[in-house]
Amino acid sequence: MGTTMEKQPQTAPETVDPTVAAAEATVPMVKYTDVKKSFGDLEVLHGINLEMAAGEKIAIIGPSGSGKTTLGRMLMTLDHPTSGTIEVEGEHLWHMERKGKLVPANEKHLHMMRTKIGMVFQHFNLFPHMKVINNVTEAPVKVLGLSKEEAHDRAVEMLRKVGLEEKLDVYPAKLSGGQKQRVAIARALVMRPKVMVFDEVTSALDPELVGEVLEVIKEIADEGEMAMMLITHEMDFAREVADRVVFGADGLIVEQGPPEQIFENPQSERLQTFLRRIK
Amino acid sequence: MIDYWLEWMPLLWKGTVSTAQVTVLSAALALLLAALTGICRLSKFRLIRGLALVYVLTFRGIALLVLLFWIYYVLPYMNIELSKTMAAVLALGLNYGAFGSEIVRSSILAVPQGQWEAARALNMTPAQRMFRIIFPQALIRMIPPFNNLMIELLKASSLLFFIGMTDLVYQADVLRGLYLQQSTQLYATLLVIYFILASMISYSARLLERKLSAGRL
Ligand SMILES: Nc1ncnc2c1ncn2[C@@H]1O[C@H](COP(=O)(O)OP(=O)(O)OP(=O)(O)O)[C@@H](O)[C@H]1O
Ligand SMILES: [Mg+2]
Repeated sequence: MGTTMEKQPQTAPETVDPTVAAAEATVPMVKYTDVKKSFGDLEVLHGINLEMAAGEKIAIIGPSGSGKTTLGRMLMTLDHPTSGTIEVEGEHLWHMERKGKLVPANEKHLHMMRTKIGMVFQHFNLFPHMKVINNVTEAPVKVLGLSKEEAHDRAVEMLRKVGLEEKLDVYPAKLSGGQKQRVAIARALVMRPKVMVFDEVTSALDPELVGEVLEVIKEIADEGEMAMMLITHEMDFAREVADRVVFGADGLIVEQGPPEQIFENPQSERLQTFLRRIK
Repeated sequence: MIDYWLEWMPLLWKGTVSTAQVTVLSAALALLLAALTGICRLSKFRLIRGLALVYVLTFRGIALLVLLFWIYYVLPYMNIELSKTMAAVLALGLNYGAFGSEIVRSSILAVPQGQWEAARALNMTPAQRMFRIIFPQALIRMIPPFNNLMIELLKASSLLFFIGMTDLVYQADVLRGLYLQQSTQLYATLLVIYFILASMISYSARLLERKLSAGRL
């Protein structure tokens, strides 16, 4: 995805500069360029190049410790790259242009960029001091500046989508893991991000609760508009939902392609071993 | 016995009111300073962090009685004259605020990292993260240690006797001069009054804790 569109169209309306039109048509939703990340002396990502098209669903798979979470956290601005750049819709995430030079982004720039990005965490991270409904309305009111009524309506709509409209006035402590994660999904969705990171959102759940959460994510994926980065150990899920699967190991992207190819015809030794091991 | 109590009542009551008043005012100042400097200790600006740290180290390190004497006996030479109550509240508030500052800081740090991250992922500003998400959760953790600290403060207020504040200890001392034979009963009564006051602090703390954690556990 995204790569076939790179050629300029042969004919374009005379009023539009064809190069500009082409550029706009192909600006990726997310673009990692030579991204490296170290924690102290330990380099965990060794130069990642990755693009996501608007609305594209990619699954990130790979062994534990390969840097999948770090990749997603950098997009959510929770960890900053040691070097390299990340762009979102053609704009630098961690940098700003000042007098033609790239300088580190300030909080204001990050704030502007984050409006396009959302994330769901492995351990939910719901706000325990707020009822379910307030978990979901808090950011729309305080961050987006919606009125209480608007935010409430939007939140209820999202909670209905994840099947929890009956739990509005419950505190998170009273919910099952699967329900908590669905609230977390609603809380992220209500901000209407253009790209959302799902970091192993089912791996902290009891096996019998995994299905309900994956089901919700599939429904959201089917709606189509939002790009999704699905970091996951659930291979069947990855195969079903993702447009493209990215296999990473030891801080590098080893192989990527459509799900059928990755799962049925893996090229690299690493991926073959990985797939054999998880079966 | 009852007769004595009836005779002591007016003075002891006056002392109790005075002690309670100073304790409440000092507690308010201490809590305010604790919250303010505890949060400042976590500021991203080094200067603000530094100032807060200096406050904590200074007022935690000075003996309360020395601080009290400074404020009440030395400041007047610098043309700053404070009433006994003002001096008492200032000394107790500054001193206990420094201890409270550590409680605030460590309670904030004890809120799981994931809460900060979730707040950031929802694009909240640093102030919103702190005041809407982190601080309310830290508050519950602060209650038990603050309960202890406020009881300490109540007991420390007995030192105000030394600047002639007409608190409980002072009034008891007056009565002791008049009822030397009944010193045991008198001071037993004093113990009980302090115990009741301390229990009231604990009770309020428990109420607050229950109210704040309603539904959450
Ligand atoms: N804050 C941190 N400080 C130090 N090292 C870290 C930190 N976060 C991650 N690492 C290290 O970076 C490497 C990649 O971690 P990451 O969590 O991104 O892997 P992962 O692919 O998500 O693994 P898993 O499948 O277990 O979730 C690991 O070796 C990890 O120990
Ligand atoms: Mg991970």
